[in-house]
Amino acid sequence: MTFRFGDREIAVEPGQSIGAALLAAGYRSWRTTRHDGAPRGIFCGIGVCFDCLVTVNGRPNQRACVTEAHPGDRVEPQEGTGHAGLAC
Amino acid sequence: MLVIGAGMVGAACAYYCADAGLRVAVVDRGAVAAGTTSGGEGNILVSDKEPGPELDLALLSNRLWRELGERHGADGFELQHKGGVVVARTPESAAGLAALVGAQRAHGIDVVDLTAGELTDLEPNLTRDVCAGALYPQDMQVQPMLAAAQLLRHARELGATVHTGTEVLGLTRGRDGRVTGAHTSAGEFPARWVINAAGTWGAEVAALAGVTVPVLPRRGFVLVTEPLPVVVRHKVYTADYVANVASGDASLETSVVVEGTQAGTVLIGASRERVGFDRTMSLRVLSRLAAQAVGLFPFLADVTLLRGYLGFRPYCPDHLPVIGPDPRAPGLVHACGHEGAGIGLSAATGHLITQSLTGSTPELDITPLRPDRFAEEVS
Repeated sequence: MTFRFGDREIAVEPGQSIGAALLAAGYRSWRTTRHDGAPRGIFCGIGVCFDCLVTVNGRPNQRACVTEAHPGDRVEPQEGTGHAGLAC
Repeated sequence: MLVIGAGMVGAACAYYCADAGLRVAVVDRGAVAAGTTSGGEGNILVSDKEPGPELDLALLSNRLWRELGERHGADGFELQHKGGVVVARTPESAAGLAALVGAQRAHGIDVVDLTAGELTDLEPNLTRDVCAGALYPQDMQVQPMLAAAQLLRHARELGATVHTGTEVLGLTRGRDGRVTGAHTSAGEFPARWVINAAGTWGAEVAALAGVTVPVLPRRGFVLVTEPLPVVVRHKVYTADYVANVASGDASLETSVVVEGTQAGTVLIGASRERVGFDRTMSLRVLSRLAAQAVGLFPFLADVTLLRGYLGFRPYCPDHLPVIGPDPRAPGLVHACGHEGAGIGLSAATGHLITQSLTGSTPELDITPLRPDRFAEEVS
């Protein structure tokens, strides 16, 4: 089974997190920070640090390390807050 | 002098006293800003106050916060001159707001009436279901823990010392009964003046001197969203908030207050209930706050909350703080009981206490805030 990450299909085991599957596929970072645009990926791995955020099926700020991957999910790397469209 | 409490009010007392040349020590049983200060939102408001002693204090404090920002740099406090926007969503609420605005304007507050269209021009993400509103350009905001720490840092530069993890166990008295300092877990701190800046725990410090100040906890919850771009430009709240702040009701009251922060999170308040020092999270209160916030800013329905926190606002039965020397315990000076306005009122509190201790005439009459006023009401 796979989920979509950008324009790639990522293989995933049942019950595996998005973060674990991305690491297994060779990714080390998939988000940029809000102020400096610095790369971020898994840091704590247990849902505490909010460093590994991704957009899942259009919903931003999901922690890749604790979000279970489901076949057919559309996962996108996240830039900044992931909510740029709300700015006023 | 000895300041008990390293929160926002204690920091302001230490800063202004040190600036006036007094020798200052600050003690706190916890860390800097770990008590009352850390449970708040950082409001510096004139908009939510009716004409009276508290509004006079708020106006003085507003000027002093501006001066602190100019002197030390606004960024060090995350001081934002963002202005407050009050929203009335029903004709009755609009009529109440108009009456408040009229009284405040007569008292010298800068306030602009807003139509429904002007409201949504100022706050594009606001619900269209509004009647009228008011803009208060003087309202400001700080990050309260940062502001307390920063002001203590400046106090230390002026010679003050800060002793965290130092619990006051008792007050020392002279032969004439005068308070002469404190016994603490880190030894004796002799002082000519002891300032009670213990926030919600101010009554406990007063009790160590054998006097009563009726400061009690009023619990308030705040929700924190994920970081967002600028989505809410001002401090925005509904006109019902002023009525809730002034109420003495023990039961739960909620009125929505929404504001962005420099870090990007949006804070959603504000609830008030008298349940003692109960730290239990209440899903019922949090749900109500969230629902009211979504009513005011519909986009919030699709935003994730990171966490919620609670604080204990130190309130007195007449909703005024306790500021000034205590004639019942000479040497003891109170600076507590500011309810939900302590961050904003801290600067004026420190300034006025410094003036009263250095022999100059306080810029504002603090008689209505005197610590022994409650006993008089009873007798």
